[in-house]
Amino acid sequence: MTAATASAPSRGRWRVSEETRWAFIFLLPWIVGFVIFTAGPMIASFAISFTQYNVIRPPEFVGLENYLRLLDDRRIPLALTNTAIYAVLHVPGVIILALALAMLLLRVGRAAGFFRTIFYMPTVTPAVAVGTLFLLVLAGNGVLNQALGVIGLNGPNWLSDPDWVKPGLVIMSLWTLGSTVVIYFAALRNVPLELYEAARIDGANSWQQFRNITIPFISGALFFTIIVNTIASLQIFAEVFTMFFGARSGPAQSSALFYVVYLFQKAFEDLQFGYASAMAWLLFVIVLAITAVQIRLSRRFVYYEGEDR
Amino acid sequence: MSIQQGQVGGGAPMAPAVAQAAGVRAAAFEAPSIRSRLSQVVFIGLLGLATFLFVFPFIWLISASLKTRENVFSNELFPMPLHFENYPKIFEIAPVANWFLNSVIVGLLAAATVTVSSALVAFAFAYFRFPHRNLVFGLVLASMMLPGAVIMIPNFLIWNALGQVNTLTPLWAGNLFGSAFYIFLLRQFFLGLPRELFEAARVDGASYPRMWWSIALPLTRAALIVVFIFELKASWTDLVRPLIFLRDTALFTLPQGLKSLVDRFNPQIGGQGEFHLVMAASVIVTVPMIIIFFLAQRYFVEGIATTGSKG
Repeated sequence: MTAATASAPSRGRWRVSEETRWAFIFLLPWIVGFVIFTAGPMIASFAISFTQYNVIRPPEFVGLENYLRLLDDRRIPLALTNTAIYAVLHVPGVIILALALAMLLLRVGRAAGFFRTIFYMPTVTPAVAVGTLFLLVLAGNGVLNQALGVIGLNGPNWLSDPDWVKPGLVIMSLWTLGSTVVIYFAALRNVPLELYEAARIDGANSWQQFRNITIPFISGALFFTIIVNTIASLQIFAEVFTMFFGARSGPAQSSALFYVVYLFQKAFEDLQFGYASAMAWLLFVIVLAITAVQIRLSRRFVYYEGEDR
Repeated sequence: MSIQQGQVGGGAPMAPAVAQAAGVRAAAFEAPSIRSRLSQVVFIGLLGLATFLFVFPFIWLISASLKTRENVFSNELFPMPLHFENYPKIFEIAPVANWFLNSVIVGLLAAATVTVSSALVAFAFAYFRFPHRNLVFGLVLASMMLPGAVIMIPNFLIWNALGQVNTLTPLWAGNLFGSAFYIFLLRQFFLGLPRELFEAARVDGASYPRMWWSIALPLTRAALIVVFIFELKASWTDLVRPLIFLRDTALFTLPQGLKSLVDRFNPQIGGQGEFHLVMAASVIVTVPMIIIFFLAQRYFVEGIATTGSKG
């Protein structure tokens, strides 16, 4: 391939420069992958959601039936409620605890590197192993309740008491908040120290400094972690599936039935591909709606350096 | 996956610079008054407590893997005597060696393919000018928002049609086509390289592939390692795809194998009570990632830290 062929005067609007041609070649893996494994499947999934399909027999068009079934299926509101409760407990829990740890890290100098390593370490643990381990930790006579006993509290059975299954899972999820700590720590280090000094001279107390300097400066990182953690918590699967579902059902099945767990059961245990696809699109719409609201809110709260307000 | 974007710069020289910055900052906080000394002690104490809470589950995991069937649900921290025979036993009752090998093969293939393909695509977005570039890049970013559940079923049908269900192929072959998050990450790194480098190479007659291979890749080695280990970790810890695609026990990956052991032995759901063996298997799944984490810690932390900083 030579430059001469590239710039040959093939007339009309389809003439492309050599640079554009090479750009296309470099982009090719993504274009192929996007068409075959993302865009195509999205269209297919949407189409399948209007059919009854179990792989064995050809799909049968059923119109809106799957979507209407979503309204009748009592496990849908159950799964949505469980997921919402988990997200509402998990996201603020992670944000507040991670921010507290990151702010502590900022105040201990060189030792911060060591502690940061420790906090990050659990995040490389496979979710299945986390779930398995916490079957022991959260058991009625497990080590968490033993520790609570030491300070005079009578811990619930985190694995079978319907009221305590989700708080138990949130406690488990806090063990793997390390990446959020690392992000906050990096953001906090970019806050200019002079600002705190100036604020102190002006008589601002610690809370005022935190509220008016720290928070605005790390609002970008806060916003980012809130969105990422929210989206992830709406799709919680592996840990919960390990602990409560699978070949045999656990005692707390209905209080641990999260949306993606139920979707997985419908798709790959009951082979109801049409219904599961409709469920997936409902999830997509919910995720989009929540993210859109969060982005709208962020316009009011997120401060970008150098921005005119 | 819950990690995004960044501008890690050179990568390798970062760590000392960061440590130094932390030191400078600490000095600023360390006014030599008794009060601040005291608060230092309190801060270290709180972090020490947190450290205990974060490390304890690991200790518990190892401790439980060395207990007997009878006392695995007991709360003693140091089971005496230590039952190391749980480890050989778990290899006897389940094809754990196969699972381990499968996980290694899938992990290395997934990480290698996604690193090369994402680097190709990222270079296109960082260096080339072409029509609708921002629009196409927006599409890359938008595809990160899509819940996996939406495309899970059609992807199963594709691999099923290709006769690849119940093989390891679907667990990594999709990575040949790049991954949005890594494309985004690597583009940031490529944008950080001075454009003059490439212009000079052009003048010397270097082809585009050569510029990618001989200039862009060597200069972003640290970023490529970040991508490689992130994907290695993602692949090593994945449960969903193995559950969907693999049927034969001998083909399982480690997390999936562990899940099958939990189903078999968890007394809570009516399994046989050999939970001490399940804990030994948990250790086997966990330890390789912990070792890699300590070897490549710098890359993990840099990769994450630069994430979100431009959120």
